[in-house]
Amino acid sequence: MMTMTKSPAPPSTSASPLSDGAAFLSGVGTAFAMPFWMVVGAMIGFGSLVHAAGFGLDLGIGSTLGIWGLPGQVAMVELFVLGAPLLAIIATSSMANLRFMPMVVVMTPLFAGDPRARRWRFVMAQIMSINIWSVTMSRCPEMPLKERFPFYLGVSAVCLLGGVIGTALGFVLAGNMPLYVTLSLVFLNPAYFVFVFSSVRARNSVIAVILGAITGPAIHLLSPDWGVPITGILAGSAAFIADRHWQPRQ
Amino acid sequence: MIEQTPWTILMLCIAATSVWRIFGVVIANRIDANGALFQWFSCVAYAMLAGLITRILVFPVGSLAQTELTDRAVAMTVGFVVFFALKRNVFVATVTAFLVFLTLAWLRHSGRL
Repeated sequence: MMTMTKSPAPPSTSASPLSDGAAFLSGVGTAFAMPFWMVVGAMIGFGSLVHAAGFGLDLGIGSTLGIWGLPGQVAMVELFVLGAPLLAIIATSSMANLRFMPMVVVMTPLFAGDPRARRWRFVMAQIMSINIWSVTMSRCPEMPLKERFPFYLGVSAVCLLGGVIGTALGFVLAGNMPLYVTLSLVFLNPAYFVFVFSSVRARNSVIAVILGAITGPAIHLLSPDWGVPITGILAGSAAFIADRHWQPRQ
Repeated sequence: MIEQTPWTILMLCIAATSVWRIFGVVIANRIDANGALFQWFSCVAYAMLAGLITRILVFPVGSLAQTELTDRAVAMTVGFVVFFALKRNVFVATVTAFLVFLTLAWLRHSGRL
C-alpha cells in the first residue's frame, strides 16, 4: 500500500455543503443504519446486568448517559456488587475508559476551524463513544467542514437514544429473555467493532490495530487492570515507529 | 469518608471518566494535528481499542464469560470469511457473526451441542 499517513484535518471543498439541518439528519440516518442497533444490543446486556445487581433502572440509565462507555459502566456495577472499596471502583471504572483521552485527541482536529465545535468541544467530548467516534473518523474527513459538527450531533443524539432504549429494554426483559439471546446481544457489539477496525485504511492505523489486537489479550493476562492502556502505548508506539521507518523520505 | 450509595459512586465514576475526555480536549488544543505527536496519539488510540476488543472476545470478564471460546471463535471466523468475500462489508459480516453465535448458543442451550 502506497498511501501515506493521512492528515485528518483538511476540509474538503465540495461545491454546496448541506444545510445544518440536512447534515444533522444525515448523521441521524447514518446512526440508524447501524450504530444505533449496536448500542441498543450492547446496552441490553448492561440493562440486564443492572437488574441482576439489584439497582434501579434510573441508576442504569444515569450510568449509560453519564459514563457513556460500556467497560467502565460494567466495572462500576460489578465491583459495587462485590463490595469493593470506593476508591477501587472509581479507579477501575475510570481506567476502563482511559481510551477516551487519545480518542478525543484524534477526533478534535476534524472540527478545527468551526467555531461551534470549538465552543462545544467539551460537550462533544462528553457525548463521544466508540460508536460515534468510529463513524466520525470514517465519514467526516470526506465531508465539508461545516457539515461535520451537525452530522456529529445527529449521530450522537441517536446513539444516546439507543443507549437509553437498550438499557431500559435489558432491564425490563431481564429474566424474560432466554440467556442465550442476551449473551448473543452482548457478543454483537465487540464483533461489530472487530469488523469496523478491520476496515481502517491509513497505514499507521492498520499496523496499530493489528499489533493491538495481537498483544491485547496477552498483556491483559499480565496486568488485568492496566492491560488496555499498556497495550495502547506499547503497540501504538511500535506501530508509530514502524510506520515512520517504512515511510520513504522525500 | 463519603457514604457509599450507588448514586454517589455513579457520580464519582462519571467524574473520573470525564477527566479523560477533558484531558483529550486539552491535549488536542496543544498539539499540531499534522505533527508526529498527533500521529502517535492516533496509533495509541487504535491500538488501545483493538486490544480492548480482542481482549473482550478472548478473555471476557462480564456476562460474556459464560459463553464458550469456541463459539466466539467460530462466529468471528465465519464473519471474517464473509467480510473479505464481500469486499469488507461490515454490516453483513457483523450480522453473520451474530447469527452464527446465536445459533451455537441456542444449540448449547437446547442440549444439541
